[in-house]
Amino acid sequence: MVRLADLPEEGRPHIANAPCPTYEGNPFVAGPPLAERRVAIISTAGLQCRGYRPYAFDADDYRIIPGDTPPSDIVMSHISSNYDRSGFQQDYNIAFPLYRLREMAADGEIGSVADYHYSFMGSTHPDQLEGTARHLAGLLKGDQVDAVVLLPV
Amino acid sequence: MGGLGHFLEDEGVPTVQISLVREHTEIIKPPRALWVPFILGRPLGVPDDGDFQKRVLRSALALFDRAAGPVLEDYPEEAPDVAVEDEGWVCPISFNREEDVSLAERLRREVQQYRTWYDLHVEKRGRTSVGVSGLDLETLAAFLADHAEGGDPPSPNPDVGAARMLRLSVDDLRTFLFEAAGAQPGTATPKQLNEWFWTATSAGEAIIKLWRRVKDSSDKDFKRLSMLIVPREWVPKDG
Repeated sequence: MVRLADLPEEGRPHIANAPCPTYEGNPFVAGPPLAERRVAIISTAGLQCRGYRPYAFDADDYRIIPGDTPPSDIVMSHISSNYDRSGFQQDYNIAFPLYRLREMAADGEIGSVADYHYSFMGSTHPDQLEGTARHLAGLLKGDQVDAVVLLPV
Repeated sequence: MGGLGHFLEDEGVPTVQISLVREHTEIIKPPRALWVPFILGRPLGVPDDGDFQKRVLRSALALFDRAAGPVLEDYPEEAPDVAVEDEGWVCPISFNREEDVSLAERLRREVQQYRTWYDLHVEKRGRTSVGVSGLDLETLAAFLADHAEGGDPPSPNPDVGAARMLRLSVDDLRTFLFEAAGAQPGTATPKQLNEWFWTATSAGEAIIKLWRRVKDSSDKDFKRLSMLIVPREWVPKDG
């Protein structure tokens, strides 16, 4: 798992036919060694802090997850029911490894952990997220982030 | 996901992504990607195994050292097979599918019955993923059962439409029962939990009943809802 051939038969065509846009050019930005980088997480699991406004269907906006959010306040409201959530229910780090990054920062493997992390609703077509993603890039740079880990579910 | 990497990198922010479906990543070509051989929903592989998670994360972050891209690498380590069933986990017995009791009442009893196991989950884990709807369990269960049985009650939250609120209620109810069942002795696999939920609980019955009601709806939000509440492998074949 997961190659398409390994998915349950019922879900295979849907995943296989999911939109896969292609883009002009291959942007690739250099940066300092990992031990000096400031790392942020961007999830597409439809994560949000408890009590935040829920995502709409096909939401193209994002939710902020402050780095000091207690684990008990991170919830998942992805609109798809076709993936495992029991792992996240046991341990949020499986999809949002904030605690792991903190450990790596404490051990000097990475420079630091960003103050803010973000989540999108992953079922939204990628091209609908372009404007928001470009805007978010400015916010990340403002937080001195030079390494983003993108995590799907 | 790959689109986000492209847009952010284009604006000058370096990215690396975990890829769950390699075929998609091969087409989208994000700047840096690590394909992992794990099931959907588990990008870092194994819950409660920080060392495993860190090995995956380290492999992904190591791609920042590459001089040029796009880069797509495969993560070599499999997660322990989640399909191996633990005989120690006994599918909780549900005595809730009696036909002479209303669905709403059976759902209410089910929530009550599993509350103590759910409380144990919260105590053991120090957290819960229940809570996206903002409703208490009794309210969301009654709201869901009413719609499943043909009623049309308004959303308990005027800022969130009924279809969206039903989707969130389904999430909360399913999460509640998964967390409760997961707190029982033994270790349930995702497959065991799903089989139990969709074949033996009143919550599963209510959600499938709701699906039958909304699947041919002329309302676009309810029609959409029908595609989001039952995993494809549990959609009734006669549907």
